Amino acid sequence: MKVSVVVFPGTNCEHDVVHLYQNLLHCQVSVVWHRQADIGSPDLVIVPGGFSYGDYLRTGALAKISPAMKSIAAFAKQGGAVLGICNGFQILCEAGMLPGVLLVNASQRFLSRFVHIRVESTSSFFTKGLAKGEIITCPIAHFEGNYFVEEDELKRLEDNDQVVFRYCSPTGEVDPFNREWNPNGSLHAIAGIRSKEGNIVGLMPHPERAAEKLVGFIGAATGLRPFAATASAP
Amino acid sequence: MSSHMKVQVFVRLKPGVLDVQGKAVEHGLHEMGFGDVHSVRVGKLIEFDCAGAAAAAVQAKVKQMCDALLANTVIESYEIKVQG
Repeated sequence: MKVSVVVFPGTNCEHDVVHLYQNLLHCQVSVVWHRQADIGSPDLVIVPGGFSYGDYLRTGALAKISPAMKSIAAFAKQGGAVLGICNGFQILCEAGMLPGVLLVNASQRFLSRFVHIRVESTSSFFTKGLAKGEIITCPIAHFEGNYFVEEDELKRLEDNDQVVFRYCSPTGEVDPFNREWNPNGSLHAIAGIRSKEGNIVGLMPHPERAAEKLVGFIGAATGLRPFAATASAP
Repeated sequence: MSSHMKVQVFVRLKPGVLDVQGKAVEHGLHEMGFGDVHSVRVGKLIEFDCAGAAAAAVQAKVKQMCDALLANTVIESYEIKVQG
């Protein structure tokens, strides 16, 4: 299993992802600088979190035009698996690889805390090893995580089972208007979505930061589960 | 002979989209005693020079720039002003 992790000026979560795939899942990991059009021949590409290009203009807007992103878009078009986490999710949305956009949090505050997310769809490369309804507890750390999409597109997402994760209570209840459970105000409490084909996934929370008991929520490492499923893929 | 046009692009959040910056500014103005203020929206002004002699051609080129990069049309609208 080969994983390519793309890095932009301002990316700061690549080390967590590299550590996870290299040391916990024993995969072959390459770090790709954004100026490189050659992304190698990976089984999976990860666009990690951070503040690419200082979030200038709009979060993710300038990252989408880099040579690496053009190659990643072509890779995804061929069916290649691409995962965007946090700023990576924002970039995939700006690039038009996933629908919608991440607005400023409803609270107008940067949010850095643990959240609970419920697995809604197992029809993606990132959730295929999980059970529907399973809860993952991991941190969020963002100012723009408030998922927004036009009404007809939102209906399409729901109808096509493209919502992959929703923010929920510790026991799995979903209420989009509960700011404790859905802290950024995302529509339908959406925390992550997939492309129609299931080969592109984006999510705002950081499961890679809760992949070991030492840093997980109350000694649990539920964040590792979706990544472990990708590593056992053919 | 080369010439260029002065371009201004105004980018605004669409009416239905929550503008938390606008809300914060409105709240600030109210705090300062400007209670008459309502419906504050914060947008962006992007200015640049663009080579070209015909305003219509420049306008068309800037529209492409807006759709591709300068605005996210899911949540933003834009207005272009071109001056020779």
